[in-house]
Amino acid sequence: MNHARTSDKAIIFLVLLAVLMAGCSPANDPAATTADLQSDPQPDLADLPPGALTVYSGRSESLVGPILQAFSQVSGIETGVRWGSTSELAVTLLEEGELSPADVFFAQDPGGLGAVAEQLAPLPSSILDLVDRRFRDPAGRWVGISGRARVVVYNTEALTEADLPDSLEGFTDPAWRGRIGWAPTNASFQTMVTAMRAAWGEAATRQWLEAMQANQPVVYDGNTPIVAAVGAGEIEVGLVNHYYLYRFLDEEGAGFAARNYFLPDGGPGSLVMVAGAGVLQSSANKEAAFELIEYLLSAEAQAYFAEQTKEYPLAAGVEPAADLIPLAELNAIDMPLTSLADLEGTVILLRQTGVLP
Amino acid sequence: MAELGPLEAAGGLAAPGGFRLPRLSAQRIVLLWLPAAAVTAAVVLPVVYLVLRASEAGPATWDLLSRPQTARILGNSVGLAASVTAASWLLGASLALLTVRTDLPFRRFFAIAAALPLAVPSYVGAYLLAAALGPRGLLQEALEPVLGVTRLPSIYGFPGAFLALTLLSYPYVLLPVRAALQRMDPALEESARSLGHNTWGVLRRVTLPHLVPALLAGGLLVALYSLRDFGAVSLLRFTTFTRAIYIQYQSAFDRSSAAALSLVLVALTVVLLAMELRARHGEVRYASTGIGGKTAQVIRLGHWRWLALAYCLALVGVALVLPTGVLAYWLLRALQAGPELPTLLEATGHSLLASALAALATVVAALPIVILSVRYPSDRSRWLDRLAHIGFALPGVVVALALVFFGLRGAPWLYQTLPMLVLAYLVLFLPQATASLRSSLIQIPRQLEESGRSLGRQPLAVFHRVTLPLLRPGLMASAALVFLTTMKELQATLLLGPLGFRTLSTEIWSAVSEAFFAEAAGPALVLILTCSIPMAYFILRDQP
Repeated sequence: MNHARTSDKAIIFLVLLAVLMAGCSPANDPAATTADLQSDPQPDLADLPPGALTVYSGRSESLVGPILQAFSQVSGIETGVRWGSTSELAVTLLEEGELSPADVFFAQDPGGLGAVAEQLAPLPSSILDLVDRRFRDPAGRWVGISGRARVVVYNTEALTEADLPDSLEGFTDPAWRGRIGWAPTNASFQTMVTAMRAAWGEAATRQWLEAMQANQPVVYDGNTPIVAAVGAGEIEVGLVNHYYLYRFLDEEGAGFAARNYFLPDGGPGSLVMVAGAGVLQSSANKEAAFELIEYLLSAEAQAYFAEQTKEYPLAAGVEPAADLIPLAELNAIDMPLTSLADLEGTVILLRQTGVLP
Repeated sequence: MAELGPLEAAGGLAAPGGFRLPRLSAQRIVLLWLPAAAVTAAVVLPVVYLVLRASEAGPATWDLLSRPQTARILGNSVGLAASVTAASWLLGASLALLTVRTDLPFRRFFAIAAALPLAVPSYVGAYLLAAALGPRGLLQEALEPVLGVTRLPSIYGFPGAFLALTLLSYPYVLLPVRAALQRMDPALEESARSLGHNTWGVLRRVTLPHLVPALLAGGLLVALYSLRDFGAVSLLRFTTFTRAIYIQYQSAFDRSSAAALSLVLVALTVVLLAMELRARHGEVRYASTGIGGKTAQVIRLGHWRWLALAYCLALVGVALVLPTGVLAYWLLRALQAGPELPTLLEATGHSLLASALAALATVVAALPIVILSVRYPSDRSRWLDRLAHIGFALPGVVVALALVFFGLRGAPWLYQTLPMLVLAYLVLFLPQATASLRSSLIQIPRQLEESGRSLGRQPLAVFHRVTLPLLRPGLMASAALVFLTTMKELQATLLLGPLGFRTLSTEIWSAVSEAFFAEAAGPALVLILTCSIPMAYFILRDQP
C-alpha cells in the first residue's frame, strides 16, 4: 500500500501548493510593487465590500484591465470584473435577469448591449451628452466608449494601395476570387452588413453578398486571425476593424507585411462602430456605476483608448493616435444607431445567401 | 457488460454473480442509490434547462432546424466524431502497446509525452496547428529557402479539424488502454502462448479482446469530445453542430434556437451511448489480481524498433513538440517585455486549486454510480451510468448557462463561488471519471469481496479493506484525467468562477483572443508543465 499512500500525499501536496500559490496573488504579495497591482485588490473568493462595483466585461483584460484599475485608484471604488466574450456575457445577463450581480456591462459591440437593453437603466443626460448622438443608444440606455472603423487590411508584399478598389463593391470583381478573407460570425462584420442594408437597400446588399460568395472568400473566426493570415500572405485582403493591426505591428515589428487601407469612397465599408457600456437596472449601486462610465469618457481614459488600444476616442475632445485618419476625414457613413438595430434581419439574410451556415 | 440472469445474480454461482448485498438494503439505498441519484440529477440539469428554453422557441427555430443545411451540419459532426474516434483508437492503442509491452527505446518518456496533448486547450492547439502548418505557416517558412515551397495545401475545413481533434484527444484512449494492459493478468497470455499461439496470435486472440472495455470507454470520450468541441472547429473553420449552436448565441443571442439545436446534440449522445452499451455485450471480463503478480512478457521488436521509434517521435513531434515549440518561440519574444510573474503565479494557484477540488469531487461523485452499474447491474443502474455522460457532449457554454439559470435561482448564496464552479466541472467531466473507474472495477474479482463478506465483515468494511485498495490506481487515474481537463476548461470558468478568479486557461484565452500571443505563451507553457508533473508521476509509478 505504500504506493497508494504516496499518491494520496501527492494530491494533498498539490492542493496545498495551490492554496499557497493562490495566497501569493498580487493582492497580498508585498513584492508586487507596481502601482496598478497595489490598487487592484483582486477579490478572490471573498465577496466584494459594499459599494464595490461588479463589471461584466466583454472587452478583454489585456485591453481594458489597466483603465478599470485606474478607475478604482482614482475613485476609491473597488471594482471586480468578470471577463468573457460579449455574446456569452450578454446571454448570461439574460439568464440572470433581475437577480444579476452585475452593475455595469462593458461590451465589445452594440449588438451585445442591444440584446440586454431591456435590463439597462437610463443613463443621466450629463453622461449621454458627452458623446455624439451617432455613438449612443437612441433610448439613452448605453453610450459608446471608444470607436473602431471598418477597414480593408492588405498584404504589402502582394499589393499596393493602388491595386485596391475605392469601395466595397470593387471586391465583387472576379479578379478577387480566393484572395479575400472575412469573418461572418463576427459582430462588427454583421453590423457592417446591417449598415449596407440601411444604406443600399435589401436587394443590393443581397446582390453584394452573393457576388462576394461567388468570389469564394476565406472564412475566419474573427478579426485577429484575418490580420494574421493577411500578414502571413495566406490571403491578400481582409475585411476587419482597424485596430487589430497595431497589435501585430507591436509584436512583430514594422516588417509585419500588412497595413490598413481606408476605403476612399467610405460608405458601409468605413462604418465607425462603438464599444460601449450600460448600467444594469437591477444594480443596487447605480451611482458608482454612473461614475465608472463617466470616468471611461474622461480625458484621461479617452487618451488611454487613443494611445493604448489605438481606437477612436469619442469624448472630451481627445485626438486619435497620430497614425489614424481623424474621424472627420474618414468619410464614414453617417448612420443613426436605430438603423443598425436590425441584427436579426441581417442574420437571416446572411443565412439565406449561405454566408452563415 | 455481461448480462446476469436473476439466478446467477442471486448468488451461488461462481464467477460473475457471486457476492451481493441483501436485496436493496437500507445501507445500499443510503450509500449508493441516493448519492448516485443526486449526482445524476445534477448532471441532467443542463438537459432540463435546454428543454425549458427550447419550449419557448418560435417558428423561426423550427425553420432553422428543418433546413437541409442543418442535416448537413449534423452529418459534419457525426463524420468528424467517427473519424476522430477511429484515428484515436489506432494512435492510442498502438502507443499503449508500444509503451507498455515492447522494448521500444525511451518508452517511459514516450508514455508521458504522448499523454500530454490532453493538457493543451483545443483553441490553443488549433491555433498553433494553423500557425505551424497553415498554407503560409512556420513549416512553409522553413521549407521556402530549402525547397522553394511558397504555399502549403490548406489545412482548413475537415482535414485541420480532424487532425487537431485527433492529436488533442487520442490520450483519452491511450490512458485507459495503458491501464488495462498493466492490470491484465500475464497468466492469460502465457497460457495462450503455451497453447502454441505466436506473438501476433496472442495479441489478437487474448490481448485485444481484453482491451475492448478500455477502447470503448476511451472511444466514447473521444467521440463526445469531438461533438462538443468549439475552439478547434471554429479556428480551423469546419462547421459542426456545436459551432452552429455558438453562432446562435453569438449572432442572434437566441437562447431558444441554441437550446433546440443543443437538444439535437443530446439526442445524438443518447444514440452514441446506446451504441456503446450494445457493443459492451461482447465485452470480455477477466478478473485479475494483478497486484504483486508476474510482469507480462516484453515483445521484442527487433529491427522494427526503429520504425516504432520513428512513429512515436513523429507523433510526439506533431502533438507536443510542435505546439510547445511555437509557444516557446512566442515566450522568447515576450521575455523582452518582462513576464508578469505575480499574475502568472496567481493564475497557476487558482488552476491547481480548482482542478484538484474538481478531481476530488468528481471521483467521489462517480464512485456510487460505478459501483451500482458494475456490482448491481440492472436497467436502472445502467441508465444512471449512461445519464452521467449526457453533460460531456454539450458545449461548455450550454452547461454553464444551465448552471447560471438554476444556480442563481436555486442556490443564490453559492452563485459564482468556487463550490458552484466545482459543481460545473463535475457536471462536465463526470463521464471521464466513471469511464476509467468502471474499467478498473470490472477487473477486480468479486470473489475477493465475497471472501471478505464470508469472514463476517460488513459490506462497508469490505469495501474499505478490499475494494478500495485495489481500486486505488483506477481512482487516481480518473482523478488525473479530470484534473487535466479541468485545467484547460474555459467557458464555465469564465461564467461561473468567483469574480476576478483568473486561471491559466482564462489568461491564455484573454491573451489569444486579442492577438497578444507573447502573453499567452507563459501561461500555456505553465499549463502543459503543471499537467506533466502528475502525469509523469503516475506513469513512472506504474511502470518502474
